[in-house]
Order: sequence, then C-alpha cells, then structure tokens
Amino acid sequence: MQLHHQKHHATYVNNLNIAEEKLAEAQAKSDITSIIALQPALRFNGGGHINHSIFWQNLSPNGGGEPDGDLMHLIKSDFGSFENFKTQMSNMAVAVQGSGWAWLGFNTTTNSLQLSSCANQDPLRATTGLVPLFGIDVWEHAYYLQYKNVRPDYVKAMWNVVNWTDVSERLVEAQQNVGV
Amino acid sequence: MTMLVARSSQIFKCGFRLVAAGCSQHCAKHTLPDLPYDYNALEPVISAEIMRLHHQKHHATYVNNLNIAEDKLAEAQAKSDTSSIIALQPALKFNGGGHINHSIFWQNLSPNGGGEPDGDLMQLIKADFGSFENMKTQLSAAAVGVQGSGWAWLGFNGTTNRLQVATCANQDPLQATTGLIPLFGIDVWEHAYYLQYKNVRPDYVKAVWNVVNWKDVSERLDAAK
Repeated sequence: MQLHHQKHHATYVNNLNIAEEKLAEAQAKSDITSIIALQPALRFNGGGHINHSIFWQNLSPNGGGEPDGDLMHLIKSDFGSFENFKTQMSNMAVAVQGSGWAWLGFNTTTNSLQLSSCANQDPLRATTGLVPLFGIDVWEHAYYLQYKNVRPDYVKAMWNVVNWTDVSERLVEAQQNVGV
Repeated sequence: MTMLVARSSQIFKCGFRLVAAGCSQHCAKHTLPDLPYDYNALEPVISAEIMRLHHQKHHATYVNNLNIAEDKLAEAQAKSDTSSIIALQPALKFNGGGHINHSIFWQNLSPNGGGEPDGDLMQLIKADFGSFENMKTQLSAAAVGVQGSGWAWLGFNGTTNRLQVATCANQDPLQATTGLIPLFGIDVWEHAYYLQYKNVRPDYVKAVWNVVNWKDVSERLDAAK
C-alpha cells in the first residue's frame, strides 16, 4: 500500500502535472503536433491518477460482504446473482494480459451494469464510456510483493475489502447522469 | 527428440521443438528450457528469488498455455473453424511471445557478462549509434519509458542492415511485430524486477548491463546477417 500510494500514484500525479503544463504551453503556441504528442503522457498519467483515486475509495478495512439496496438489485438483474457477478469480474481480472484493470462499470445508455477491462492506465470512462464503480488493479505492483505470480489469490482476497458503500454512491451518481 | 518430417518445417533455437507447420496431429510439445546458470548466478543484479519465479512460474506458464493454445489451434484447423482460429490469436501471441522472449532473455544474460562487446557487433553499434554509450543510453531510456508491461529490444533490421532500438508491449514478439531480429532484450514487466528494485525500474535497467552476455548477442547478430 505504501509503495503503491507514495511511489506509483504519486508519480502519476507529478507526471500528470508536468504533462498538463506542457499541454498549456503547446496550446498557447497553437502547436498541434505537440498537443497530439502529449496524449500518451496525459492518458497514462491522467488515467493513473483517476484510477488510483477511485481505487483507494473502493477499498475499506470495514469492507467485504455483499452490497444491498439498489446496487445489489441491479447486480442480480444484470448478472443473475452476486456470485455470478463476482466470478465474472474475478475471471476478467485474472485474464488481463500484461498491466491493466478490471472494472465494474455503469452503462448510462442501457442503464445497466457492465464489466470491462482496460490496458495499462487507460481510464474506463474515456476509453469505453462506462462510469467506473469498482476497479481491481492487476498491475503486478498491486500484488507481487505479497502474492508473487499468483494473481488469482490476490483477486480472490480483494473481495474482503470492497467498500460497497462507496461503490453504491458511485452508482447513484452515475444514474443521475443517465443520458448525459 | 522425435523428428516430425513434413513438406515445410520450422526450426527454432534454444529448447524449441522441431515443428511441422500445418501439423494436424498431436505435435511434440514446447518445453521450458533450462537456465544456462544457477538461479543465484546473476546476483546481485537479479536475485535468485526473481530468477526462480520468473523461470519456474512465469515462463513455465507461457509454455503450458502455448501448448494448450496450439492444441486448440490444431482442433480448429481440423474443423476449418476460422472463427476459432482467429479467436485463438491473442493466446498464441501472448504465450508464444512469452516463450520466445524469455527463451532469448535467459541466453542474453550471463554471470560472466557485462563490459562491452567487440568485433562486428561493436563496429555496428558504433556505426549505427555513434558510440556504445549512446546505444546504452537509448536502449535504457526505451526500457524505462515503456508504459505498463513490455520489453525493450536491440534488434537487427534485415532490410537496412542496421541495428535499431524498439519496444514491444506485453509479450508481443519483436520479429513478428516489427520485422526486426531480436538480439538483446530487457524485460520490464514488473515481475522481472519488483521484488528487488520495487518501483525503481531505472535502477534495474542500469544494473542489467552488468550481466549482458555479449557473446550471445553477437551470435544472434551473425545469425541475423
């Protein structure tokens, strides 16, 4: 947690600020080539900042168990059961090739929950249009020191610290933006 | 080793089996090549713990999953199931690339490595990069700059007859992806260094130069030419 927060996330923040300064300079000079050349840095570091900011809130020492209310209702209607949803999301997280994230997202067009994975730090919303509710970071730095190569064990354990209150709050906010 | 004879065959170095292209029967399987040195041989550059996990878990998994994917490919070919053949490509690229890349990597490194190359390789490095230091700086920067998982490569361009630095994402194999012949690769997946170097990838990349097996790299250049 210490390395993930103080080194990895902090680096995304620092490099995002640098990239955004360079972007402002390029815009001031109407330098389209540079604006375009900055996109990978903006996506990588911006995505990294967005993703990790969500992730820390998605987790809680008081987490785990199952959600209730509207979120549980929607999980049951869109996945059949909570167990089904958990299995599908876990499988997706384990199957990511290389670095990336597995997400439970909300589709504001169909008003339903959807699973999706993204490569590297590609942010869910900008990449797929889905509103991120709960993400599982499967970059090796997220688990390797503890779980080594056994990503499935890490993914399985994660469910014990999911902060369903936070995930539910994100769903409420996403539903308010339906059609936006 | 069983020899499979067919109209066309492909031969690979380093522990690959002799494959008959288009073989629709159960072919001999890929196997995990042994390391040419002990797990602790590359210390202090790469720890024994990393080498063991990297070889026995990560590379072994690519080998196993490649065999599974190739079995499925043969089945799909036998049924002329084009959709499945196409659907298998990501698994073939990922696991096939993983097997190719790591097989090269173990040979690229040596406890007696480091220093600088000589002969034709050094000459070409000087001609194409200006100096050995320049090549080292460029390849290191490429390795550190990889976003996410991937590899940085010194490759040989058979068309221009020149050396080139390139990076590939995930386990995408250099030759199939870019046409360049792989000479020396630096694995920058976090599993390659994290237990020892944590997030400080630059320190790992800097240290790797101390175990580069220039003899192996030179042999690959000769073979490429």
